Amino acid sequence: MLILTCPCCGVAADETELAPGGEAHLKRFGPGSSEDAFEGYLFLRQNPRGVHFERWRHAYGCGKWFHAARSTTTMEVFGTYSAQVTEPPPEITAKIAAAGKPTA
Amino acid sequence: MSDAVSVLLGARVDGPVTVEDAGLCGMIVLRGDLSSPAFKAACTEILGAGVPEALGSTVAGDRAVLWMSTDEVLVLAPFAEASALTASLAEALEGTHHLVADVSDARAVLRLTGGALRETLARLTPADVAPASFPPGMVRRTRLAQSAAAIRMVSDNEAEVYCFRSVARYVMDILANAAQGRPLGLF
Repeated sequence: MLILTCPCCGVAADETELAPGGEAHLKRFGPGSSEDAFEGYLFLRQNPRGVHFERWRHAYGCGKWFHAARSTTTMEVFGTYSAQVTEPPPEITAKIAAAGKPTA
Repeated sequence: MSDAVSVLLGARVDGPVTVEDAGLCGMIVLRGDLSSPAFKAACTEILGAGVPEALGSTVAGDRAVLWMSTDEVLVLAPFAEASALTASLAEALEGTHHLVADVSDARAVLRLTGGALRETLARLTPADVAPASFPPGMVRRTRLAQSAAAIRMVSDNEAEVYCFRSVARYVMDILANAAQGRPLGLF
């Protein structure tokens, strides 16, 4: 069972209290962008074997969105961080590097 | 005029842990910047209870303020006072970014009493209900079996559960069922 600590309220929330939001740090391509870029934004996802950055929502708790970094193979959680960033913060990437995992 | 009644009509199940309908309760949802002076002043002056810390609650007489989220608190007050309180809170917060609404009829309140209530809750929720991580005064929004609920630990022997009115009977039944379980001596 996945347990993620919500960075908004500080609660260590069980997976069943959370709602998954898919891959994190997507760049939006809207009207005016090329068809390929729009397709990538809408449909193409990484699905890596290893470190993955995801969006989650503390649906049964404070209701806020946040980001989480975890390994899809070992379920190791490297940390959770604010939803209002476009890339993982240095302390999270340092933790992943320390664990010897490449970030795809 | 019709008389307001609580959805469970005063239902009560006795046992090692007593589960009962806490009756009609005035509830006001109050959203805004919890750290702003205007918000704090409105809470302190009108309710008598200050803005609670994260996951906490403040109590003043028959009123309580429960922390719901980083930008939301739930005000508990006697049912008859709710609409007047809503109006005075709205007046006090006018001009600031806020939301205040009387939601007294949205949720049901259940009261659990008994020494084994932590075990009763632990059978239904993924939240850590051990005394160290769920002390009296704390409010935790979580899940009870299949429905969303907020739990406030009033004291070590009393807790209140707030759930949507539409699932009140379900929550009452699962709590009453869990309360009858064999004591495990976990907490």
